[in-house]
Amino acid sequence: MLMNRVLAATLTVFLCFFVYLLFTTASGAYILWSLDELIAGIILATIIGLVSFKRLVKRDLRMANPLRWILALAYFLGPFLFSMAKANLDVAYRVITGKIKPGIVKISPDLKTDLGITLFANSITLTPGTLSVDVDEETNELYVHWINVKELHPTSQQVAGSFEKWVRRIAE
Amino acid sequence: MDWWDVAMMVFLSIGAFFNALAAVGLLRFPDVYTRLHAGTKCTTFGTIFVCLAVILFGVRLWIYESDAYSILTIHTFIALVCVLLTNPTGAHAIARAAHRSGVKPARAVIDELEKKEGK
Repeated sequence: MLMNRVLAATLTVFLCFFVYLLFTTASGAYILWSLDELIAGIILATIIGLVSFKRLVKRDLRMANPLRWILALAYFLGPFLFSMAKANLDVAYRVITGKIKPGIVKISPDLKTDLGITLFANSITLTPGTLSVDVDEETNELYVHWINVKELHPTSQQVAGSFEKWVRRIAE
Repeated sequence: MDWWDVAMMVFLSIGAFFNALAAVGLLRFPDVYTRLHAGTKCTTFGTIFVCLAVILFGVRLWIYESDAYSILTIHTFIALVCVLLTNPTGAHAIARAAHRSGVKPARAVIDELEKKEGK
């Protein structure tokens, strides 16, 4: 347990330092950074990381696995971007023709963690045609505003395609 | 004009097209929910392409001019990530607030949320 907390704090400090480096590129001669910025970055990242790691790491360290981040990248560049492009063209068609059939439907994805349901709801909102309106925090059911209702009581497969499967692999 | 310029122009055109489409959708759709569809998502997709054009611009200067331009590339990338995170969250917050203050979806064929809140 103590080991886990030390690991969580260390990872948070490294994450803070990485973000600080992103913000201060092109400041000097050490590859892209100056010595001043590196020292200030280490000090600030240590303070902020130690203060905030309990907020970042809530339950366990499952997101520290780099395989999950590679999967997340593959998900955003692959199926997510593709369905976003497809759905944008669909909404473009609806904007021009005015053919809509809106409604709020309920779906029950089989996701348990906060991160999973957040990722799933944001994916749904970002693909045009669907907009998550509310979430039932006890049962994790999502209420989705659908611009073209094809099915009055749909499964999450019909609303969001393969998103649920991907999100489960990334975040749970 | 080299292929960098061509790629940037293509990205900017796609971005401008989808942002314009969002504006049209905002005027054409009947209620707050359908307008959110047009107003948040087409702009996200458009903004991705506009940001990509800026990133390409920065990368070209980074390679051919000086390292100082890396700051343009990386900051645009961070802005893009922030847009991708906050845009759906904002849309969700507006939709939820609208439904809680009693705005009914126009021309809706089904409203499951109203059934739940009616209980």
